[in-house]
Amino acid sequence: MTEVPSYLSPTGQEIVFLLLGAVAVGSALLVVTTRQLVHAALWLVVCFGALAGCYLVLTAEFVAWVQVLIYVGAIVVLLLFGIMLTRAPIGRSADLDSPNRPTAAIVAIATAAVLVTVVVDGFRMAYVPLEPGGGSAGELGASIFRNWVLPFEALSVLLLAALIGAIVLSRTDIRGRD
Amino acid sequence: MHVVYPAVVSALLFSIGVYGVLARRNTILVLMSVELMLNAVNLNLVAFDVWLRDRLHGGQVLTLFVIVIAAAEVGLGLAIILALYRNRQTVDLDRLRSLSDLTDTSGPTDTGPTDTGLTGTGPTDTGLTDADPGNPGSHSPPRDRPPAESRSLPRTLTQPQPQTQTHTETDTRRSRPEPGSEADTRPGDAP
Repeated sequence: MTEVPSYLSPTGQEIVFLLLGAVAVGSALLVVTTRQLVHAALWLVVCFGALAGCYLVLTAEFVAWVQVLIYVGAIVVLLLFGIMLTRAPIGRSADLDSPNRPTAAIVAIATAAVLVTVVVDGFRMAYVPLEPGGGSAGELGASIFRNWVLPFEALSVLLLAALIGAIVLSRTDIRGRD
Repeated sequence: MHVVYPAVVSALLFSIGVYGVLARRNTILVLMSVELMLNAVNLNLVAFDVWLRDRLHGGQVLTLFVIVIAAAEVGLGLAIILALYRNRQTVDLDRLRSLSDLTDTSGPTDTGPTDTGLTGTGPTDTGLTDADPGNPGSHSPPRDRPPAESRSLPRTLTQPQPQTQTHTETDTRRSRPEPGSEADTRPGDAP
């Protein structure tokens, strides 16, 4: 962090990261502005895939593959099932946006302006030379099962609770106590 | 790599997620926007973990935990949305106003001129009478449905005694606007 390279001569890693970031941000914009519900879910796949590529560039391999497995594989499928089960219109529908859309745009632009200003001002001088191997499955597994065992176990209990809760919520033949 | 790049990308993703949560009306789209915000946080965590060379890999481990929690959140959220759709036949956030005051519900909920004629029995009104346990009309729409739907009925309809005399009149009252309100609100939303 002593000598910060110039922003005008980006390395190959930075170019790849910026391209992937542009894809992620663009597809995220399409997720929140498209008029078709199913297309929003599919653009979400593109966004998550580009983010997985960003993690790969940042040498976080294991997080990247977990992102592909869980986000692209499981969460988007769940969202598509939700779209299907609520009998959403498949084609173009005009009522996906609420009337307070200009206010939302103002709030979002203000948030983006504040965050980008603060972040650029704060981390202008920060530089990290990327070295491979820091986020491999072996390193992360050793770290989880050596130092983060208790949160890991608590998370498994939370997942079980969420599973049971989802089953109870979605079954219709479980009755409340009269 | 400059740390600014992932930080800026994640800030932009987060504000896009904020826009989606505030501007979207469909509940599933709001869930997608929440996922975008969680992903922005994940990108930040990974970037700062790599930058600070954490020996415990706290950032990446926390990213994994956030991904797992997001999966649980989506599962529960979709279960809630499906239960909502079963009871109200809509997932529009603007129509779910049963927690708001009675006075300001007339403005944003009526989306068309034909909908105001049905406010006594329309689907937007059923949420308002939830607070009154003695009103049997508040949960009567599942009564007209096929048996697979009406199995959920004793959970929502817990008062047994006034059912017998109000059953017929709620049936006739509900069966009339039920198909009409669905057809009426759709073109009203279009502009």
